[in-house]
Amino acid sequence: MLNNYNSLAQPMWQNGPAPGAFYNFTGGQTPVQQLPRELTTVGPYGTKHSTASSTTGTSVLGIRYDSGVMLAADTLVSYGSMARYQNIERVFKINKNILLGGSGDFADIQSIKRNIDQKMIEDQCCDDNIEMKPKSLASWMTRVLYNRRSRMNPLYIDVVVGGVDNEGTPYLANVDLRGRSYEDYVVATGFARHLAIPLVREKKPKDRDFTAVEASELIRTCMEVLYYRDTRNISQYTVGVCSVNGCGVEGPFQVNENWTFAETIKGY
Amino acid sequence: MFRNQYDNDTTTWSPQGRLFQVEYAMEAVKQGAATVGLKGADYAVLAALCRTSKDTNTLQRKIMPVDEHVGMSIAGLTADARVVCQYMRTECMAYRHSYDAEFPVRRLVANLGNKLQTTTQRYDRRPYGVGMLVAGYDEQGPHIYQVMPTANVLNCKAMAIGSRSQSARTYLERNMESFEDCDMDELICHAIQAVRGSLGSDDADNLTINMYVEMVKSMDPPLEADHDALSEEGMSDDDMMDHGPSSSGVPPNDISDMETTASTGGHDAH
Repeated sequence: MLNNYNSLAQPMWQNGPAPGAFYNFTGGQTPVQQLPRELTTVGPYGTKHSTASSTTGTSVLGIRYDSGVMLAADTLVSYGSMARYQNIERVFKINKNILLGGSGDFADIQSIKRNIDQKMIEDQCCDDNIEMKPKSLASWMTRVLYNRRSRMNPLYIDVVVGGVDNEGTPYLANVDLRGRSYEDYVVATGFARHLAIPLVREKKPKDRDFTAVEASELIRTCMEVLYYRDTRNISQYTVGVCSVNGCGVEGPFQVNENWTFAETIKGY
Repeated sequence: MFRNQYDNDTTTWSPQGRLFQVEYAMEAVKQGAATVGLKGADYAVLAALCRTSKDTNTLQRKIMPVDEHVGMSIAGLTADARVVCQYMRTECMAYRHSYDAEFPVRRLVANLGNKLQTTTQRYDRRPYGVGMLVAGYDEQGPHIYQVMPTANVLNCKAMAIGSRSQSARTYLERNMESFEDCDMDELICHAIQAVRGSLGSDDADNLTINMYVEMVKSMDPPLEADHDALSEEGMSDDDMMDHGPSSSGVPPNDISDMETTASTGGHDAH
């Protein structure tokens, strides 16, 4: 990855050990077959490596306002229905322009985040003060995710990419496991797509963007609603804010729970 | 330079620490017709003298657009230039496909330099016999880069390469300080006057100058290209690459004393 710019150079040696890889001691006769997962033959009784998610993150919500974006996600990574890891940040600062909120299989999120971090390091190595823009990261992710999906080996993730570009124009997009992406002033993954998006759309003024205060208030309300209705989250969440004034992840915050309405609901 | 026992291979050093094959590749660049690149605050301009062979009427293109924001002019072996240009176009296209953004010029040129370097370090390859002036405009402003067969990449305010380019370089050096304040037309005039110094005695007839102007994208709607008037004067209009105000703002009287009938011998390099 770091040798991206010299990919035309032939490797320094052939048939030998690569750093970090297992060395094949057959004397170079038969190289070990390293088939991609989707082409490996089935095991006994037709067993195969599973592609089901094991540890998952739930909703991520993103709201764009006049001078930036806010991304919120709770701090739970579930193991099926169990609340296993309760203090995990799922909103990441990628560089001073970009925030990434990850939901879905958390191992895949961590994997792609490591990849992205590597890209940021490469950017720094170029030493020319050019940082990746949020639109470029979103575009790159769609290419990667679509490619994986087309090979029947998806990264089971649904992410929100947000940030500001060079001129300070906010950018907010949602990229999913199939490589589909779209931009809007509100994007969300998981349950938030059904519960939070209508809420935010209702509050959107017709002729202007949200202000920071409005956006922040909406985040608070939506995280509260999500906590009541989504059964795979907890009341603690973090919020990433990226604007012309800076980029960072704030929190953790607690939802202001108020369960008094529960007694008005019959049957649930 | 004279033949010696250290110049058979790219991979042989001389006792003085020189790679002769690489230096011979530089000679190929000096055989090509002159080309000039300069930049101001908002524009990067390339100008190239085109040699027309007596037998054919078609122009040998010296300026090649690479992407919407980058173009380059070459001096040296055109076949090598084509391959290098193709590589740069592919890289820019791949970058756009992945990142939905234009390849930062500095990184593109560094990438190219790395590719050229591999040819100077393998026994089974030879250096590319083409020198390039890459002009581009990105978020960091206008750029002019000089790329040579030695894989040296130089960031320039102005540069000229090719045969008899020393007088062009002298002109550029003398006027360099004023480029920052020049508008597009003045920069184009400077480029043409610089390249004029590289005319040889046998270039007297039917000369053609290619122009390439790279500019800020946020300009007002483009002026109408005055192509007809220019083709009457024998100027090639298919190299007026721009996506902003047309570079046909070149005042006619400056061109008219350039064009006369061609007669240059058949050169391999252009």
